[in-house]
Amino acid sequence: MKKIRVVIAKPGLDGHDRGAKVIARALRDAGMEVIYTGLRQTPEQIVSAALQEDADVIGLSILSGAHNHVAPKLMELLKARGLDDVLVVIGGIIPDVDIPKLKALGVRGVFLPGTPMQEIIDFITANARDRIVR
Amino acid sequence: MNPPADPGVFPYTRGIHASGYEGKLWTMRQFAGFGTPEDTNQRYKALLAAGGTGLSVAFDLPTLMGRDPDHELSLGEVGKCGVNVTSLADMETLFDGIALGDISTSMTINSPAAMIFAMYLVVAEKQGVPWTSLNGTIQNDILKEFIAQKEYIFPPRPSMKLITDVFAFCADEVPRWNTISVSGYHIREAGATALQELAFTLRDGIEYVQYGIDAGLKVDDFVPRLSFFFNAHSDFFEEIAKYRAARTLWAEAMRGRFGAKDERSWKQRFHSQTAGVSLTAQQPYNNVVRTALQAMSAVLGGTNSLHTNSLDEALALPTEEAATLALRTQQIIAYESGVAEITDALGGSYYLEELTATLEDGARKYFDRIDRLGGMVAAIEAGFPQREIAESAYKFQQSVERRERTIVGVNDNTAGGEASTATLYIDEGAGERQLDKLARLKRTRNKSAVDRALDAIQDAAKTGKNTMPPILDAVRAYATVGEMCDALRHVWGEYEEVAVI
Repeated sequence: MKKIRVVIAKPGLDGHDRGAKVIARALRDAGMEVIYTGLRQTPEQIVSAALQEDADVIGLSILSGAHNHVAPKLMELLKARGLDDVLVVIGGIIPDVDIPKLKALGVRGVFLPGTPMQEIIDFITANARDRIVR
Repeated sequence: MNPPADPGVFPYTRGIHASGYEGKLWTMRQFAGFGTPEDTNQRYKALLAAGGTGLSVAFDLPTLMGRDPDHELSLGEVGKCGVNVTSLADMETLFDGIALGDISTSMTINSPAAMIFAMYLVVAEKQGVPWTSLNGTIQNDILKEFIAQKEYIFPPRPSMKLITDVFAFCADEVPRWNTISVSGYHIREAGATALQELAFTLRDGIEYVQYGIDAGLKVDDFVPRLSFFFNAHSDFFEEIAKYRAARTLWAEAMRGRFGAKDERSWKQRFHSQTAGVSLTAQQPYNNVVRTALQAMSAVLGGTNSLHTNSLDEALALPTEEAATLALRTQQIIAYESGVAEITDALGGSYYLEELTATLEDGARKYFDRIDRLGGMVAAIEAGFPQREIAESAYKFQQSVERRERTIVGVNDNTAGGEASTATLYIDEGAGERQLDKLARLKRTRNKSAVDRALDAIQDAAKTGKNTMPPILDAVRAYATVGEMCDALRHVWGEYEEVAVI
């Protein structure tokens, strides 16, 4: 079985990268292949990284409130590039009222502060696309 | 172990004032800002009416990153994490009806600190308040941005030039202003231990003093205006020891390393804020209790000013009700608990004195390592403090996952349900209003005056002259934060860190 490949990205202007770095390391320690894009990535840059890295999963870390702008753009770009089967999850500070909107866009997992790392690892393992059929 | 010297006596382990809080309580300064300057101006008036004794401005990410609301990267970010200030016009609105001569104002701004500070100075000018009577602080601490919070624009060395320009300018023109708030807060939030927060912050302070001296300033002319900012975290006694160790280390470094003669240079003054990272989204009312304990340790450690976090801040920016309760928390400590009546009440405790000494020793070891790396700027360029902090952050998370560390309501004692709390929701309206105002400003101001002023900023950056006078001129011409920062980006370039996990 091939390793699950995850791009962890930090879109927007915010620089608070503690969560992004901790989850990146936890996923790597759980046996996944993790690529961390660094700070201030536009949706275009994130999608390019996912394409180049043949990612199965994109994990976005957003604490600043920019999710309502970033997520629609990112999902649209993924569709346009034929990457619909890439699992998209978001972690960070997301108001409750925004969660259904993100899910409707196709974001599969939204993880709020205090979520155990194991829960995120399990979710990704269960929901990432099956690499054998590809 | 010898008992430390009395409060008010070098090296000030037990406090910088002999009489503690008897003469003057700490300043209750609540960090606030959201949406448009109009929105935040209303919140400030409410905070002052509720008995707050100082203002503290939270800016949004576009402002912090030196980008105007019409820049691509600002989309969706305007007014979200703080107030948007694009030009002098916004600063005039922010302080409308608030007399700058009567309050002290702290502004959390770093990369564009010189520009935002210049706007404040011009508002004072317009209110007829002389700069010599202004009180307040700009954070202006770029080193911790490279280390922890990552809101940098220019590379480290030109960034340090901008900061020493502010030191020099204020020594002459705004003598009561705190020109920097050397911050451990964000270092701790990023995952540092108490020791790492202490060591990196103090070593940052030493670096700024060295750069000031290298820029031709005399130590006692600018060091008394340096202030500090620590994180009031959850380990009650360790935190108190941290503040005591910080005062001791600073006094030693200023007298020993730099030969400062003025005792004001030796005395470390600091603000503290309760730990945002300790707040939980689960069972948010537990956060009131956490915050009260953290605030109590800061007071027992002799903080000079204090911000208490609101219970809803793991979810959103605070509501007015939550912000008021946070302020009430420190008022109860100040007026009801009795702790403000005794100076360093825990001094002489075998446990606290030992903890203080241990932290001091640990910090001195870090100082040696950083000195060997060639100073803090060189250590940052080598990624040293960044790696240390990332390692601590990961270890902390693992200890929570393994339940070696209990967080009530998160990994233990989770029953009892989720008390729901109303949160502040910031819509896109603030962004739209700021965009409209910017478009109007660009139509009405004198474009050629703006261009001349921006050229003068570039000229100062190229020739090494002090950048503050041309920045003030650009502000008066209503140049925007984005335009002024672009002028410097053009000369100095932008910093990009190498991302490591």
